[in-house]
Amino acid sequence: MPNYRGGTFVSELNKQAQDNSRRAFLKTSGAALGGVVVGGVFGKMLGGGSRNAVVPAAPEHQAAADYNQALMFFNQEQFQVAQAAAERIFPKDEQGPGAMELGVAYFIDHQMASPWGYNGKDYMSGPFEKGVPTQGYQSRLTRNQIITIGMQGLQDYSKQKYQKNFFELTPEQQDETLKAFEKGDGIKLPGTTPQEFFSLFRTFTIEGVYADPMYGGNKDMAGWKMRSFPGNQGNYTEHIEKTGLVKIAPQSLHDHMSH
Amino acid sequence: MEKEKTDMANQLPKVPVVIVGMGWAGGIIASELTKQGTKVVGLERGKVRSTEDYFMAHDELRYAQRYEMMQDLSKDTVTVRNNEKQTALPYRSHGSFLLGDGLGGAGSHWNGQSLRFLPYDFEIRSQTIKRYGEQKIPADMQLQDWGITYDQLEPYFTQYEYMAGISGDPDLEPPMVGKRSKPFPTPPMKKTESMKMFEEAAKKLGYHPYNMPSANLSEQYKNPDGIERAACQYCAFCERFGCEYGAKADPVVTVIPVAQKTGNLEIRTHSNVTKVIHTNGKATGVVYVDTITGEEFEQPADVVILTSYLFNNVKLLLNSKLGKPYDPKTGTGVVGKNYCYQVNAGATGFFDDKEFSTFMGAGALGIEADDFNGDNFDHTNEKFLHGAGMRITQSGARPIGSNPLPKNTPSWGKEFKTANLKYANRALSIGAQGSSLPFKTNYLDVDPTYKDAYGMPLVRMTFDWTEQDKALMKFQGAKAGEIMKGMGATTVTVNDTLTNYNVVPYGSTHNTGGTVMGADPATSVVNNYLQMWDAENVFIVGASNFAHNSGYNPTATVGALSYRAAEGIAKYLKQPVKLV
Repeated sequence: MPNYRGGTFVSELNKQAQDNSRRAFLKTSGAALGGVVVGGVFGKMLGGGSRNAVVPAAPEHQAAADYNQALMFFNQEQFQVAQAAAERIFPKDEQGPGAMELGVAYFIDHQMASPWGYNGKDYMSGPFEKGVPTQGYQSRLTRNQIITIGMQGLQDYSKQKYQKNFFELTPEQQDETLKAFEKGDGIKLPGTTPQEFFSLFRTFTIEGVYADPMYGGNKDMAGWKMRSFPGNQGNYTEHIEKTGLVKIAPQSLHDHMSH
Repeated sequence: MEKEKTDMANQLPKVPVVIVGMGWAGGIIASELTKQGTKVVGLERGKVRSTEDYFMAHDELRYAQRYEMMQDLSKDTVTVRNNEKQTALPYRSHGSFLLGDGLGGAGSHWNGQSLRFLPYDFEIRSQTIKRYGEQKIPADMQLQDWGITYDQLEPYFTQYEYMAGISGDPDLEPPMVGKRSKPFPTPPMKKTESMKMFEEAAKKLGYHPYNMPSANLSEQYKNPDGIERAACQYCAFCERFGCEYGAKADPVVTVIPVAQKTGNLEIRTHSNVTKVIHTNGKATGVVYVDTITGEEFEQPADVVILTSYLFNNVKLLLNSKLGKPYDPKTGTGVVGKNYCYQVNAGATGFFDDKEFSTFMGAGALGIEADDFNGDNFDHTNEKFLHGAGMRITQSGARPIGSNPLPKNTPSWGKEFKTANLKYANRALSIGAQGSSLPFKTNYLDVDPTYKDAYGMPLVRMTFDWTEQDKALMKFQGAKAGEIMKGMGATTVTVNDTLTNYNVVPYGSTHNTGGTVMGADPATSVVNNYLQMWDAENVFIVGASNFAHNSGYNPTATVGALSYRAAEGIAKYLKQPVKLV
């Protein structure tokens, strides 16, 4: 049964869009390399420069829609489960945004539809046997099947125990549910285990917090900013011998496209 | 299975030399032979690569987590088990080791840590017996000399280092490492704060740290072949990534263009070799599938050179029924023998009052100490042989892959997030890259059940940690912990325990053995020119030649062996005889 309540995530979206206007871009400076020849793709495409010097660019246009924020794989209910579960794994707090604001559920959705979600480069021929844990992934299921089945498990567990959807539970109830899946706790899932699902979902969440924003998470590089990670920089030669944490404004791969 | 049904392979005109796999070994050999005027066909099952492909290389998800540069396991993989009682199952998804793919092979996605193996390594059995007596070697440890000495191999190490432009410490001298005939071609890399801290702490303990030899290039360099490359930018995207600057030595920016310029090299990509054809102790060519069209070809050649990653070198021999397969029950036979890996101990320090810029770096930016490597220390009272290279490296802490947490921190939720953000830039790690010695029960053979996309059986790995490995791990972990305490960490977590070998977490892509070199055909596959004992016009080159694995990264030694092989092949082309 669909539980679409547009208001909850649409208002989130608007807030994020406004943040876009504060973004600044870092631009190429040919001077930083001191005249040394730079080979390879950047030597050819960017005229021999590093991209490290800070030159603020003009602000972006006001609050353009993020067309990336739509669903490729999940239905609405699955999206809401993913959003709620990811938020508990990486919650919003006084240090900064959580998974929901970072767009992690969109990231996971897009990954489900990607070759990774379908185990495109994995050996998926039988016979399938359980083996021992040291033999690794032996599931006949693809990652997007494990996530889908596991999230259905979260829904079933929540409805049975709390008579509610997982995404309608209190944060404490959601944590209790996720802990039960993390430990196993006698929960049965077809073709997979609650632990396998939880571990995979947790990994997807962390990836969504910290992957380049082009994948749909790490909205506005806010995941990187919380830990002072500068993202995609071409050159640290000037900084590499320095003591302490050097703060550099982050840039994403999108920066390469603006030349 | 998508094997194309063909009654007969398309027969191609005979060529002097066919090389299978265009990584470091294939690239170096192709370069040397074509410079001398020999026509070479290079078969590579992956795609073409160039620095232009790395426009978007600073993408941790795509390259480091989704294995952009790695082998498509849906087409070919290995099966794994810890021991003979288990049924081996496919290595379905990348984990413990990352198989390379495409032009440049593993030489494109490596870090560039370029250390020579020790004189001790090449004569490990005789030197161990000389110092400790034969009883020091456990009965099931198949320790053997390599059939070549460090001094014999030294000129080839130098040749490799000048080709790649290795940046190294001018003070690196014996006795802890082998003697060098020429200084490093370029000065050492820069030193980070963490490297200086490690250096100081190690010196205080009486050790001998040095700046790690690096293929990242400390300055612009023109090699003897006339190839000019730019200096490393310390951008921190090396291992698992391709270098967009061409600063990291990679076959694609060094030896392959040299070979291509001669007009004597024809590279055929998307060409997956399935068999070596042979008759009466000589190869006549290879069979390969064009993975784009599905067509099968037979490429006759005077000399066949196998330079793919070790699993595939072994697979080709076994599936072609060339050479004597190793039998673990009797310890006889040679193909698949002495599979070794790497024992990685270490220590992580958490600094509550200090932050570092660990997000910067280069693949081979580090300090190394060999005080507990090889036989540089007395093993009389130890329950293990050999040792580990102790090192701190700053290759770039990327945010998905690097989330160091003190012990007992939850792995999700509010408390996790707080610790995750707090320690993102407050953790340093020391690695003790330990040797892996050969045991009777660790080997490669043919899997009875699982096949690749072309219908060929997969290679089966049987491997587990031994008492030797566990004792080495414990010793090296403790040493790493001491240095980390000396560096002033608030808390130190030591990694010093091994249980069973597990293919899930990343360990090392330093898989070795299976076609080992030696002086005796009864215990080795190839002689010291990497020429096959059982087929004199077949040369097999790579880390598959290692009779054991040392406490170092393998590439420098693979590079030296490749130059040695190139010399042997050139001799053989002039006068086709057994070279040893």
